Amino acid sequence: MGDPARPSPLLTTQGLSDLLAALVSDGYTLIGPTVRDGAIVTDEIEGLGDLPRGVSDEQAPGHYSLSRRADDALFGNVVGPHSWKRFLHPPAVRLLGAVRNGKGFAISPPDGTPPPRYAFVGARPCDLAAIARQDRVFLGGPFVDPTYRAIREGVFVVAVQCGEARASCFCASAGTGPRTESGFDVALTELIAPARSPEYLAEAGTDRGAALLTKVGGREATPEDLESAAAASRRAEGQMTRRLETEGLREALAASLESPRWEEIAKRCLSCANCTMVCPTCFCTTVEDTTDLTGDHAERWRRWDSCFTMDFSYIHGGSIRRSAASRYRQWLTHKLSTWWDQFGTSGCVGCGRCITWCPVGIDLTEEAAALRKTARPA
Amino acid sequence: MTSGAAVVGEDRPAAPNGADPMRPRPYRVQRIEHETSDTFTMHLVPEVGHATFPFRPGQFNMLYAPGVGEVPISISGDPSLPQVLVHTTRAVGAVTKALGRLEKGGALGVRGPFGTAWPVEEAEGSDVVFVAGGIGLAPLRPALHHVLEHRGRYGRVVLLYGTRTPEDILYAKQLRKWRAELDLDVHVTVDRATRDWRGNVGVVTTLISRVPFEARQTVALVCGPEVMMRFTVLELERRGVSADRIHVSLERNMKCAVGLCGHCQIGPLFVCRDGPVFPHARVRDLVSVREV
Amino acid sequence: MHDLQPLLATHPFFAGLEPTTLALVAGCASNVKFDAGQRVFKEGEEANQFYIVRQGRIAVEAFSPTHGPLVIQTVEEGDILGWSWLVAPYKWRFDAHALDLTRAIALDGKCLREKCETDHDLGYELLKRFANVIGERLDATRLQLLDLYAAPAGRLK
Repeated sequence: MGDPARPSPLLTTQGLSDLLAALVSDGYTLIGPTVRDGAIVTDEIEGLGDLPRGVSDEQAPGHYSLSRRADDALFGNVVGPHSWKRFLHPPAVRLLGAVRNGKGFAISPPDGTPPPRYAFVGARPCDLAAIARQDRVFLGGPFVDPTYRAIREGVFVVAVQCGEARASCFCASAGTGPRTESGFDVALTELIAPARSPEYLAEAGTDRGAALLTKVGGREATPEDLESAAAASRRAEGQMTRRLETEGLREALAASLESPRWEEIAKRCLSCANCTMVCPTCFCTTVEDTTDLTGDHAERWRRWDSCFTMDFSYIHGGSIRRSAASRYRQWLTHKLSTWWDQFGTSGCVGCGRCITWCPVGIDLTEEAAALRKTARPA
Repeated sequence: MTSGAAVVGEDRPAAPNGADPMRPRPYRVQRIEHETSDTFTMHLVPEVGHATFPFRPGQFNMLYAPGVGEVPISISGDPSLPQVLVHTTRAVGAVTKALGRLEKGGALGVRGPFGTAWPVEEAEGSDVVFVAGGIGLAPLRPALHHVLEHRGRYGRVVLLYGTRTPEDILYAKQLRKWRAELDLDVHVTVDRATRDWRGNVGVVTTLISRVPFEARQTVALVCGPEVMMRFTVLELERRGVSADRIHVSLERNMKCAVGLCGHCQIGPLFVCRDGPVFPHARVRDLVSVREV
Repeated sequence: MHDLQPLLATHPFFAGLEPTTLALVAGCASNVKFDAGQRVFKEGEEANQFYIVRQGRIAVEAFSPTHGPLVIQTVEEGDILGWSWLVAPYKWRFDAHALDLTRAIALDGKCLREKCETDHDLGYELLKRFANVIGERLDATRLQLLDLYAAPAGRLK
């Protein structure tokens, strides 16, 4: 557990608060979980006080609610509707502005403002896997997305290893959690004991993470502390009831394009696009053009888009994917099958957001299992 | 965490580091020709101080009409003369209509070139059969330029071209010149005509069985509406041309042209980067499934 | 009149036909020539032939009072023209004109119809071949009906 050459201190709640303060004084903007509108969202926070202390979440297909915990755990919950892509791959980005001058126009020079420096506090193992997958999409191909790269390069990650799972979670079978060994600068495991304030076992994943932990201090972790952290991971894994059978799934879905199951799903699917909005790896965007009333100033904005909309596949004369069945098929086969062809991994990290936030409770794991049964033999 | 399996497009060269692929370069209209009632050809040159760029036959650019939007349009000029960008397009949507209203000196933005090319080098030593439907001739024209400029490297060169009416024939003057001077076997057919038309009437697929070419030594380049391409491929295969030597150019919605916006996917392929030109063998199983 | 059987034997349309059967067909065949602009047949007239075009080009037309003759299809070397001789009431549905000097083999449909009635093997062989011709014509017509190039054609917008 952790790199023996790097510090693995145990932090009190105050120690964690100091860690966050140190990040702020280093110029980072803190982004972390916080309660708003009846959900734990991911947003800018000022410090420890904004974290969801003592808040638990209940999740199930089509269901999400918050409740009070018996303890003061800060991370006694799992992922909410937001993922970190809101910050790395913002929902709206101004691509350029253009100003008319006579018969021509001038394209504004690139925005000179420095990109934000975010510290992601409380990113879960599934989220880190999702960031790695979007890294592959935006940074690993022949063309790089400069917006993503600029923000990504400035990110400091304080991850939280999961100590509990909810009914929508299936990271264990997706191979991404509930514990991760990479993708963070610092990873915390929240240790909860009856009648005591939570404590945090901190591990460094990078040199700068180690430097931060050295600065913050804290007492040295004991073998008992390390065992408590391991037990937390075991507990989370043991609580996970949902499972995605990944072995051979890519091929099975590729052989299921004509399955009658798609029509069955389409009877329930509302094409609302919720799953694509909450999915931490979905990356599709569209571009919108705007002008002022005079037409002298034009702008191009990139916005999140979803393959569930009819417009998504529009070419002059009509849309390619007119049926809800074909749009769901595009989403699911991309996520679990063709993502492999494109990026060498699955597009699903097992976070369960698409299950929780589907208004009719369509369950990706259940659909994948059903489709596997209808696959044509290769 | 990666499997050993090949990843689509991993063999492609990287874009110049640091360049923002979404920023257009400023161009101006040097000349605009009206080909038919709704189709026009633009000749574009970069604004002073901006460089031109080479392209390969079959590639496309994103053309930007400020405030209106961007459209992917195939390049239809001569690849040996990249100093002037030539685009033939049809005014059918807001952006292409705005482009059609541009006059000499009018400004627009250009991003590109993007996508894969017609396999003109691979076709050396073979007969080359071009099959074009409607405005599908425009994306094929750079390949015609290339093949005819290196005429000695190819066997028979045939163009089968179907349009709606005789009035819709693109590049008529150039086709006549090529036929007369460069040993290009041109067969044009139209869907409907009056008696004034002395040429063929009927669909372009019916020409395939009539023209002489050595099927096993032929590379076929096909561009037109997807239904037309489907029937064309059937006829070419019936004639004995194998699916890996038939190349088609596909059309899908494109917003970014660099494989980042997700719109143009067909199964595992991003049409903008893995296409638009594909060997038929590579897309056959995908395009045969509805609504993929 | 010289024997047309060797010529017919080389045409793909008759490929696989027994020589004795082919001899029956050849007995109904004759060489014909049309000058440019000359009518080949006219809508409503009795359809008593079909043609195997050897050279030149023929336009099949429908006459419109407002537009004059509208060309529906052209046929040229190697093509088969005409199947109205095969189906009652044995009348041409369209007009046909030679566009250039055209040479063809005309097959007497009336003669063939009678032979087919008595020799069903011949009838079956001919019908099989005409079913192909009619099917191809129908495919082509359907594609024309789709008016594919009217909608923005297969290029990137």
